[in-house]
Amino acid sequence: MNTMTQTRSPNGGDERITAIPFWKKALRRPELGAVAGTILVIAFFLVAASGTGMFTPAGIMNFLEVSAQLGILATAAALLMIGGEFDLSIGSMVGLAGIVIAIPTMEYGWPLWAALLLAFACAVLVGWVNGYLVNRTGLPSFIVTLAFLFILRGLAIGLSRLLTGRTQIGGIAERIPGDWFAALFSGEVGSGLFAWLAAHGWIGTNFAGNPVVTGIPVSIVWWLALTAIATWVLLCTPYGNWIFASGGDANAARNSGVPVRRVKISLFIFTALSATVFASLQVMDTGSADTIRGLLKELEAIIAVVIGGALLTGGYGSAIGAALGALIFGMVQMGIFYTGVNTDWFKVFLGVMLLVAVLFNNFVRKKAMESK
Amino acid sequence: MMSESLSMIEMRNVSKHFGNVIALNDISLKVHAGEVMCLLGDNGAGKSTLIKTLSGVHKPSHGQMFVEGREIRFKSPAYALDAGIATVFQDLAMIPLMSITRNFFMGREPTVGWGPFKRIDWHYADRIAMAEMAKIGIDVRDPSQPVGTLSGGERQCVAIARAVYFGAKVLILDEPTSALGVKQASVVLRYIAKARADGLAVIFITHNVHHAYPVADAFTLLKRGSSLGTFRKDAISREEVLNMMAGGAELESLDAELAEFQRDQGAASDSSASSAAHPGNGTPLTSG
Ligand SMILES: Nc1ncnc2c1ncn2[C@@H]1O[C@H](COP(=O)(O)OP(=O)(O)OP(=O)(O)O)[C@@H](O)[C@H]1O
Ligand SMILES: [Mg+2]
Repeated sequence: MNTMTQTRSPNGGDERITAIPFWKKALRRPELGAVAGTILVIAFFLVAASGTGMFTPAGIMNFLEVSAQLGILATAAALLMIGGEFDLSIGSMVGLAGIVIAIPTMEYGWPLWAALLLAFACAVLVGWVNGYLVNRTGLPSFIVTLAFLFILRGLAIGLSRLLTGRTQIGGIAERIPGDWFAALFSGEVGSGLFAWLAAHGWIGTNFAGNPVVTGIPVSIVWWLALTAIATWVLLCTPYGNWIFASGGDANAARNSGVPVRRVKISLFIFTALSATVFASLQVMDTGSADTIRGLLKELEAIIAVVIGGALLTGGYGSAIGAALGALIFGMVQMGIFYTGVNTDWFKVFLGVMLLVAVLFNNFVRKKAMESK
Repeated sequence: MMSESLSMIEMRNVSKHFGNVIALNDISLKVHAGEVMCLLGDNGAGKSTLIKTLSGVHKPSHGQMFVEGREIRFKSPAYALDAGIATVFQDLAMIPLMSITRNFFMGREPTVGWGPFKRIDWHYADRIAMAEMAKIGIDVRDPSQPVGTLSGGERQCVAIARAVYFGAKVLILDEPTSALGVKQASVVLRYIAKARADGLAVIFITHNVHHAYPVADAFTLLKRGSSLGTFRKDAISREEVLNMMAGGAELESLDAELAEFQRDQGAASDSSASSAAHPGNGTPLTSG
């Protein structure tokens, strides 16, 4: 505030600020808190879980895979939250998408790619309906998507029981080989590289002479790719600017010519699609679908996004922050296991972390808005 | 006048209802290219509603609107912008958490590249935003600064610079000078004069007669949603405009009230001096 009371120099120049210090620019980035949190969590487990194998290549892949699955949801949830809305139906969409993939494949003999396409089409429809209702009614998306949390979960259970008599459908694994679309959601990437690394002794090998890590799980690739794309969109494209504007003040955005409704509908479609990607990865990985999959994932995604520095009220946040939030989440979840602390404590840890993240972000944002 | 036939923007018998509130009642209005129309009226007269109807925020309940003689129906403000109508809204339509440049180009981002690699040309955008702000007399230290950290007047200048930059045919300004210093206000008035010289139609709302009279070519007076008529500048004096804005008689009675108030104040300070021995017993002074 003190800088505001001084006057401008008469020649039109401005002597109040000579240069913007780097740290003030950094303070303005939403993911700052998450960067600090990530460093803190890594440092903590380096000490607390030293010698347990958490930070061996295999251990790293382990927690990265947990982070990746959540991160895929969190990226989409971040864009939506920056756009000013929530989607509480993500978790139920995961369950429904799994069923939509499994039933046509196992009960009606569809090829896997066709069932996957059907699931993605359903996601587009669900996202569109969510967005349309939010736009049309002006109700908070919290309420609209809460309704769909129940509707979609109920549909998954109801349809599955009606058509198969069960709520779990297995046997999908043997349908994956040779399916071009399923290949996008299964297996590992870079096996050649890891074999090469092992051959040169850069990473360890097991008793059979195979590398301890045979490749990067495809979910991690999805996570990194989606985070990169979302970051590009937010920072570099007009559509990204529209997302910030729609979430910052929908009315002002509309009056400035931003197609707010279209932006919001597309973001709801994106969250439903990300839930379907998550479901596809999980179905391919486990070879089965289960109607209760994805339970509470919507809240975990929101936690990751908030730890990543996004504002619950919209208009502020980052995809990189959400990725770091998911990374922290995965590390803590797996790290607690490595440290030998009873995993019952995970939820306590998670809650405390959420609180600390929100307080820290609040503090940082105030500082950022003060520093001119 | 030669230009009399070419009206840049026109409203014909436009009404706007909000539920059972009649915010605009049968308004007809014509602004020619190279003309500045000043809208006058009390708080709540319907001035903002009128310009929001012109800029596509509201759809008229009845009546027609024309740009360059062609009937238009704006589905949203984006369509009005596409038609060359740029507006400074009373609430400015700025996003506090977004940077100056992001706000400046919101909805109209300059891009480079093609297809999926199309991206905002930030260098160009920053340069234009800073240059346009410099023209209005604000020098921006950092175009990535959030608009929320600007002063009220600086923020108003961003909105005005943006509208001036994007207004191709019609420039609408809803109380643009309300928060501005003398220097910036005079720059805005010069902008209006320049827009007129460039052949734009300008619609300008203000409560300040010193801002309205020098630049306006015509005045339209609104009262409770209805038009009391349009007056050309050569047919009306500054005092008459002032009377229309303030309701003349009201200013006279205000003078009397102010004199009364000063007497009261004098009496109050006397009494507070005399009652100094009894703190908390003073006369309240804050009734204004
Ligand atoms: N969206 C709306 N819904 C309901 N009523 C509205 C709406 N917008 C404006 N009104 C009403 O229409 C009337 C005119 O409002 P408007 O904002 O146009 O006044 P104004 O002339 O711009 O006043 P001011 O000088 O204070 O800005 C007011 O009585 C207001 O309450
Ligand atoms: Mg108004």
